[in-house]
Amino acid sequence: MAVNVYIPTPFRKLAGNQAYVQAEGQTVQEVLEHLARRYPGLATMVFDQDRRIQAHINVYLNSQEIHSLQGPDTPVRDGDEVAVIPALAGGQVLTPEQVMRYSRHIIMPQVGPVGQRKLMAARVLVVGAGGLGGPAALYLALAGVGTIGIVDFDVVDLSNLQRQVLHQNDDVGKPKTQSAKETLLAYNPDVNVVLHEAPLTSDNAMDIIPQYDIVINGADNFTTRYLVNDACYFARKPLVDAAILMFDAQLTVFVPGQGCYRCLFPSPPPPGAVPNCAEAGVLGALTGVIGSLQAIEAMKLILGIGEPMVGRLLLYDALSGEFRVVKVRRDPKCPLCGDDPTITELIDYEGFCGAPFPGRDEA
Amino acid sequence: MKARVLLFARLKDLAGVSEAEVEIGEGLTAADVFRLLQGLYPGLASYDAPLAYAVNARYVSPEHPVRDGDEVAFIPPVSGGGTCTSR
Repeated sequence: MAVNVYIPTPFRKLAGNQAYVQAEGQTVQEVLEHLARRYPGLATMVFDQDRRIQAHINVYLNSQEIHSLQGPDTPVRDGDEVAVIPALAGGQVLTPEQVMRYSRHIIMPQVGPVGQRKLMAARVLVVGAGGLGGPAALYLALAGVGTIGIVDFDVVDLSNLQRQVLHQNDDVGKPKTQSAKETLLAYNPDVNVVLHEAPLTSDNAMDIIPQYDIVINGADNFTTRYLVNDACYFARKPLVDAAILMFDAQLTVFVPGQGCYRCLFPSPPPPGAVPNCAEAGVLGALTGVIGSLQAIEAMKLILGIGEPMVGRLLLYDALSGEFRVVKVRRDPKCPLCGDDPTITELIDYEGFCGAPFPGRDEA
Repeated sequence: MKARVLLFARLKDLAGVSEAEVEIGEGLTAADVFRLLQGLYPGLASYDAPLAYAVNARYVSPEHPVRDGDEVAFIPPVSGGGTCTSR
């Protein structure tokens, strides 16, 4: 029987930095022993000297704690999910308050207490604390996603308040990262909000992005969009990508090796050829729809449930009220993720896109 | 031969329509169909930014052949994140 084993963040470096690994066996014990043979570092974390599962490790089969089943001898079936969750200092066990707060999630079998702990252990980076990043970060915070990183360099402007839900009237003039953190913590003090108050550039992207499990792109310009795409590919991080303008939106999920933004659009439009929100406008509530969808996709990836929008591009036209989905795939000729890549490290995106990173040249 | 064309985002505004049925000749590619549309809809004539093409809801290369009854979608890149920080 081949099952998927969920590896929590603290153990991930012992298992090739993978969130899920496949292992085989007839019972939970056999699956874990198979895993231990492949990843000796994990063996000492999971088992004691007598090959018994350590007392501080909770093991779940399809979200049910195995002691409520048949313990380590519980049989497994093909496609089952086994989760190995250590009881760490720092609140890995759900407190009564957390059980209450997240009860509407925990009650669903697709989430359960195991899923809730996955959310609490997850680290998600949100690029841009604006129209898309706002609702995305907000719903992740409400869901208890443990660490939410926010990259932004801008200050809150009155013209942002038509759509950017993290910022309120009194926040005008405040750094967006600061305003975002205050709002997220006011909603849920249980999460850790990490601020990166700078424009994302080729100089800092590979320092910031590898610290996270998943990246949500709420960038508003092509220069940053190509940078985030490439950096996520090099850092092997899933990217929940979306873009909006006026009444239209696009959304997809890029998993390294299964296609990227350059497979869709190998080169950026000439500067000025595609208007931005400031020039053309954007319906405020559209950012709420699409940012929320980005939060949903990130949560699906964290929980390992459903069908993430990998290989599918969602096109939403708010005026016609139509959602369309186009199948997309990795382009073998892609300069980044193709068979014969020509881009092997971050490049000069300002030169490539003919436009500076916003905020880069600010006095 | 006919194809159903779908225009997204800015293309729809430039053309003034979001979808149409157009008469196509034999052996046309997805890119050829867009050039055909540029002749039919003057607003599209000046469009020179990159485009993504999908035939029957599947992303294809510009050289992909279009057949009778196909649905051809033209998708321009969009960059906005609702942050509007361009300056």
